[in-house]
Amino acid sequence: MTSSSPSLADHPAALALAGRHRLRVWEPIPWVLAIALYFAFPKHLGFGTELLVTILFAISLDLVLGYAGIVTLGHAAFFGTGAYTVGMLAKHGIWNEPITGLILAAVVAAAVGLGSGLVLLRTQGLTLLMLTLCTMALLEEAANLGHDYTGGFDGLDNVPIAPLFGVFEFDPLYPTTQYLYVLAVLCLCFAFVRTLVYSPFGQSLTGIRENMLRMHAVGAPVRARLVTCYSLSAAIAGIAGGIWAQANAYVNLGTLGLDRAATVLIILVLGGYGRLYGAFIGAVAYMVLSHFLAKIYPTAWQLGLGLLLVLIALFARNGILGMGEALWRRLRATRAAS
Amino acid sequence: MIFGVDVASMLLGGVAAGMVLFIVSVGLSVTMGLMGFVNLAHGGFAMLGGYAIVQAMKHGGLGFVPALAVGFVATAAVSLVFERLLYARLYRATELDQVLFTIGLVFIMIASVTLLFGPENQPLALPPLLQGQIDLGITQYRTYSVVLIVIGIVMVVGLWLAFERTRMGAQIRAAVDNRRMAESLGINIDRLFTVTFAFGSGMAALGGGLGAEFLGLDPQYALKYLVYFLIVVAVGGLGRVTGVFYAALLIGVLDFVLKKYVPQGGTAFIYVLTILLLLWRPQGLFRGKAT
Amino acid sequence: MAPPPGDARGIMSAPLLETRRLCRNFGALAAARNIDFRLEAGARHALIGPNGAGKTTFVNLLTGVIQPTRGEVLLKGRDITGVVQAERVKLGIARTFQINRLFRGLSVLENVYIAVAERIGAAPSMFWPAGRRRDVVEESMHLLETLKLTGDASHRISELPYGRQRLVELAIALGLKPEVLLLDEPAAGVPSAESHIILDALDGLPKHICVLIIDHDMDLVFRFAERITVMVSGAVFASGSPREIGANPDVRAVYLGQAAHG
Repeated sequence: MTSSSPSLADHPAALALAGRHRLRVWEPIPWVLAIALYFAFPKHLGFGTELLVTILFAISLDLVLGYAGIVTLGHAAFFGTGAYTVGMLAKHGIWNEPITGLILAAVVAAAVGLGSGLVLLRTQGLTLLMLTLCTMALLEEAANLGHDYTGGFDGLDNVPIAPLFGVFEFDPLYPTTQYLYVLAVLCLCFAFVRTLVYSPFGQSLTGIRENMLRMHAVGAPVRARLVTCYSLSAAIAGIAGGIWAQANAYVNLGTLGLDRAATVLIILVLGGYGRLYGAFIGAVAYMVLSHFLAKIYPTAWQLGLGLLLVLIALFARNGILGMGEALWRRLRATRAAS
Repeated sequence: MIFGVDVASMLLGGVAAGMVLFIVSVGLSVTMGLMGFVNLAHGGFAMLGGYAIVQAMKHGGLGFVPALAVGFVATAAVSLVFERLLYARLYRATELDQVLFTIGLVFIMIASVTLLFGPENQPLALPPLLQGQIDLGITQYRTYSVVLIVIGIVMVVGLWLAFERTRMGAQIRAAVDNRRMAESLGINIDRLFTVTFAFGSGMAALGGGLGAEFLGLDPQYALKYLVYFLIVVAVGGLGRVTGVFYAALLIGVLDFVLKKYVPQGGTAFIYVLTILLLLWRPQGLFRGKAT
Repeated sequence: MAPPPGDARGIMSAPLLETRRLCRNFGALAAARNIDFRLEAGARHALIGPNGAGKTTFVNLLTGVIQPTRGEVLLKGRDITGVVQAERVKLGIARTFQINRLFRGLSVLENVYIAVAERIGAAPSMFWPAGRRRDVVEESMHLLETLKLTGDASHRISELPYGRQRLVELAIALGLKPEVLLLDEPAAGVPSAESHIILDALDGLPKHICVLIIDHDMDLVFRFAERITVMVSGAVFASGSPREIGANPDVRAVYLGQAAHG
């Protein structure tokens, strides 16, 4: 029906769109650095593992916040669900194989995401924010109350995880296995998210974020898309939680707490949301800073963090990556002008 | 008979707590209804006000009532400065930016208070007149709780009158219902918001001071009770004074009763209830009229 | 879809879109009063009237953005009054908005891509890169070409002048390949030098599509429309051919009266 002249497909805009998903030169850098860290800082692999898990969690949040535009303060609900799934199954002797344990964590977290998403995503704005908070707080309370299964306030300690592939043990003192394991999982999950973001589905999510009314007016099943996105994000957050439990052999209420949910939000915004790599940069920046400052001067750390958030909200909404982009554009503009 | 007395005294305790919740939350509800601004720092103003009141009594030698007045004015003034300099830049910003900004502001408030006064709870010495028990006929009850209830009723009636009978109240109601139409009628929403924001923060300060005796007052106050304030506002409705009043009473009584009878699962119940209520009526339980 | 038998403009052919006694109240305000309206396949219809007459409300009722207080909306004889907006789009009704509703942070091409992808059913696909769907990309580019937007294809909406954005708004609606096209002031904000682009695009539409235009630009209306309906205060005031409407003294009075009051 439509006659497509050959020149149209070669139009720069079409080519740009067609090549959008291609790997850029600098994209392997984070992974190279991660592997370098393994060899260069063998004594800091515990910190490194924590960093990688945080990045994965932040990526899951980026999917709902950065791409679908859902503002949630309750994403730790899925992190904790994954953590407790793995922890409870292992602690009570039911299941402790790591990889399948992660898959189970993802499935359970996705189910919670689907259930809560179907119900919560009918609302918007403050109501939605409140509901995400309440859902997470509810799960936290439930974990607290079910202390026979969840260990309650103290959590689950010394969770036994079977060796990876039956060979590589999770040694709490020498977290080499953990680090590489988490790195591999992060890589896989990131590849999935990256593919999703560049797909037509990802494009429609961006449409929903940019102008939900318009998406309705082009016939998009908005709520179905949002719920799907939310469930997928919950699954990935669940994987992050599950892997955290496996790496630390430990689960506690903090995995479901407002502190964790707020921190991941801050990390993502700091790095720049809706940009895939903002999670990486934000996590590195935040965790390095907090590692040095938070323990020594906790009050000053809180003050500094507060100031940082205020400044970001006022002047640097798009985080570090956003500022970098703006600088880059200005550099190119001045170079083009001269 | 004794059971009835027990229930009554427990209800009174819950109602008193609800009054404090109302006094703190009403400002949040109106400013959110007016500007749609998600102000998570509202609990921080309540905390700052509480600290101001305590310090006025401790170091300023003021009595309870004058200290309350000082707290109101001081917090209103500080919030006014924040509003003009900072908040005003974010009125057209996204919800996320507002959330981030106000979270950052709360962190700053908490850290500043900790640095200045330390992390401990600040005890509030009630004047002897308000301590002790009062005879209500059926039973003896804590004087202070009765006083709180009276204050709360006076406040809600006063606010209701202000909203229904004054010109500014009418303007606020119009702007909450339909901002664009109110603007086209010539109502200056920005100025209205500044006034309500200052007043609302002052009210929060009053609530912080009045409630310090049983809610405590420490730097974590700002975040500890934030969820309650938000629940009260979400359930009561944005910009609905009477709605917030009933919601505050409901939450206050529920929390009190649950803590007595179901200390384990009490909070969980409130979360479940909030979820159910918000799903049933996303605009709040006590909306005046349909849109 | 093949045009219905006989003259596509004949009054005897069944209406594509129809409303029966359509009413909508906002509190005490009656924004739509007992509107009976028919749009046949192939119709080129204009809806005019003074400000506040309820024209946009009517379009919102037709597209499902708001629900009527009473009355029915029918598409090809089927009652769609309860059907949600997104579903109506799938059934073949598309519209443009009076004020642009575009994806401001995205490029012009991406804007149209989203609409075409939804229509074709490519949107739910999660594992294939969006840019590799050549069918969607080529159709989107073709649409841009129709509206002389190819030069702006890579530019973000926020970078375009308002008039150009208006054209993107139209491109999105066309990308949905509707059978019923509702245009709310499509030329508003478009510089007069470029308004012919809109007319040319409308001329190029398949003959069986029915088009309803709301506009205040009488030149555009009289050039485009084969039938004009005048709406005043939420009700149909007059209806007829452009010549009849132009000669109707009551219509003139309504407009002149409006002009007198400013």
